[in-house]
Amino acid sequence: MDKPCISIRQVGKQFGTRTQTIEALRGVNLEVMPNEFITFVGASGCGKSTLLRILAGLETHTSGDILLRDQPIDGPGVDRAMVFQHYSLYPWLTVMKNIQFSRSLKVTMDSIQTQGDVERASGRADALLNLMGLNAFADAYPNQLSGGMQQRVAIARALMPRPDILLMDEPFGALDAQTREVMHDLIRHVHRLEKTTILFVTHDVEEAIYLGSRIVLMAPRPGRIENIYDVPLPAERNQDMKLEPAFIELKREILSRIRETSGVQTDLDQLSRLTQGADK
Amino acid sequence: MNAPLQLPGTQAVDKPVRRRARIWRIRGELSSRTVVILGAIGLCAPFLAWWLYTALGFADPIFMPGPGAVLERIWHWWNNEGLLDDIGISVYRVMAAFVISAVIALPMGLYMGTYRPVQATLEPLIDFIRYMPAVAFIPLVMLWVGIDESSKILIIFIGTFFQMVLMVTEDVRRVPMAQIEAAQTMGATRGEIIKLVILPSARPALLDTLRITVGWAWTYLVVAELVAANSGLGYAILRAQRYMHTDKIFAGILLIGLIGLLTDQAFRWIGRRAFHWQKR
Ligand SMILES: Nc1ncnc2c1ncn2[C@@H]1O[C@H](COP(=O)(O)OP(=O)(O)O)[C@@H](O)[C@H]1O
Ligand SMILES: [Mg+2]
Repeated sequence: MDKPCISIRQVGKQFGTRTQTIEALRGVNLEVMPNEFITFVGASGCGKSTLLRILAGLETHTSGDILLRDQPIDGPGVDRAMVFQHYSLYPWLTVMKNIQFSRSLKVTMDSIQTQGDVERASGRADALLNLMGLNAFADAYPNQLSGGMQQRVAIARALMPRPDILLMDEPFGALDAQTREVMHDLIRHVHRLEKTTILFVTHDVEEAIYLGSRIVLMAPRPGRIENIYDVPLPAERNQDMKLEPAFIELKREILSRIRETSGVQTDLDQLSRLTQGADK
Repeated sequence: MNAPLQLPGTQAVDKPVRRRARIWRIRGELSSRTVVILGAIGLCAPFLAWWLYTALGFADPIFMPGPGAVLERIWHWWNNEGLLDDIGISVYRVMAAFVISAVIALPMGLYMGTYRPVQATLEPLIDFIRYMPAVAFIPLVMLWVGIDESSKILIIFIGTFFQMVLMVTEDVRRVPMAQIEAAQTMGATRGEIIKLVILPSARPALLDTLRITVGWAWTYLVVAELVAANSGLGYAILRAQRYMHTDKIFAGILLIGLIGLLTDQAFRWIGRRAFHWQKR
């Protein structure tokens, strides 16, 4: 329990074109414990997605080491699942078939051998459907669902092969505020129930505090970790906590740090200078 | 209590105004009945104009026969000049060329759209050939292949294939990356991604490409039947020109149009049936 399930050491990532190189990540260090819920915030372009995609095996880092339970990353694997912001569902498959998609892949079929395995897998799909409140929509197609329900399907599909680590890149970014609150409580419930480690990228500071046990604040140019905060809230969360002084204090602190690092402050200064000029 | 006051009179005044606005709204909605009626008007109006123009004696029947004369000619063609055989051989030529094109273009486009090296190697070449006029190949085709059926099929093939490959490539490239990456994070192999994600995802677009290119195949029919043919709709049109049988030229052109329209509708119907999960 005490050994980290992800060790990120001095990781750097450069995107190179012939004319310029972009340093998307520099000197990133992070240890993630099993069953942690870590949220990443920061101005856009600070490398949040890049870090997550490297962990998913969709991208390779250019320097440093990443160990998953002492093993270096070698491409995507069933131990890690990813939930994307949108357009990742298969519109030609029903909700149930989407959730069971991983069962049609060879990696999973190899592990399903006995009749008992098959039944367990079917039971798992039903349980996930239930957990996500999608029972009535098992035979519906993604295009018939609201954005919130589509993301529930995507989460269920990602959880189907029982990943150790769930990577989520702004999964609720396209949802309205009310739907998002419902999804927050749902994903925390999933985290408790499934005992997965969750790494969750967002640009919404309130979301980051409400969901995370730790918050990783990142800064751009070059993409780096600026600070890591322990969230001063109990493991059980409810929406009222968003009004507690500790919550608001942390939110204020993180927001101001993002403003300092993102270059938005200079925009704001310029804006205030312009409006002052107009007053005269 | 706060609901806006509903006076019976205002509703009656409102309604027609709102409906007219709906139809003419940019990309507005139309009931399927209105679509059919408008389509029928659009199809019939030119025929009506044609009929009026000739019936009122504005046109010399040698240059422009009326619809009646053309219908009579079709009837005569059917009874005494083997219209069915002409249609049969032309449909055979178009369909043979189209099917051969599709059989080669679909896998080729699939690989070009999936693997960048394949695309980089083949696309400039195909673009180059695409701009060569198919008609200009007639002398070569006659020299190399002779004047039997295969030469006519080859001309239509040359006119259709190169466009088709590029369109298939584009369809495959339009498959959302998130759909592909979702499969990658679930551990799918490259072969599985092509079979289980790219192909099913691109299928509606591919059917649309086939629908459009079969139309192009028909437009090359007359060109192909320039090549020492002695049967077929295109050949009949060309021969009618020699004898000044304007009514037969009209009949041939209209018949090709009609067959094209029917093929088009058939493809659309298949698409609606097979891809009912699509957003309309
Ligand atoms: N495939 C890529 N090629 C080139 N540059 C990229 C690529 N992906 C991301 N970048 C750059 O890397 C930086 C970090 O991007 P990203 O990780 O998407 O940031 P975030 O998700 O925090 O907004 C940005 O400057 C972005 O332009
Ligand atoms: Mg991002």
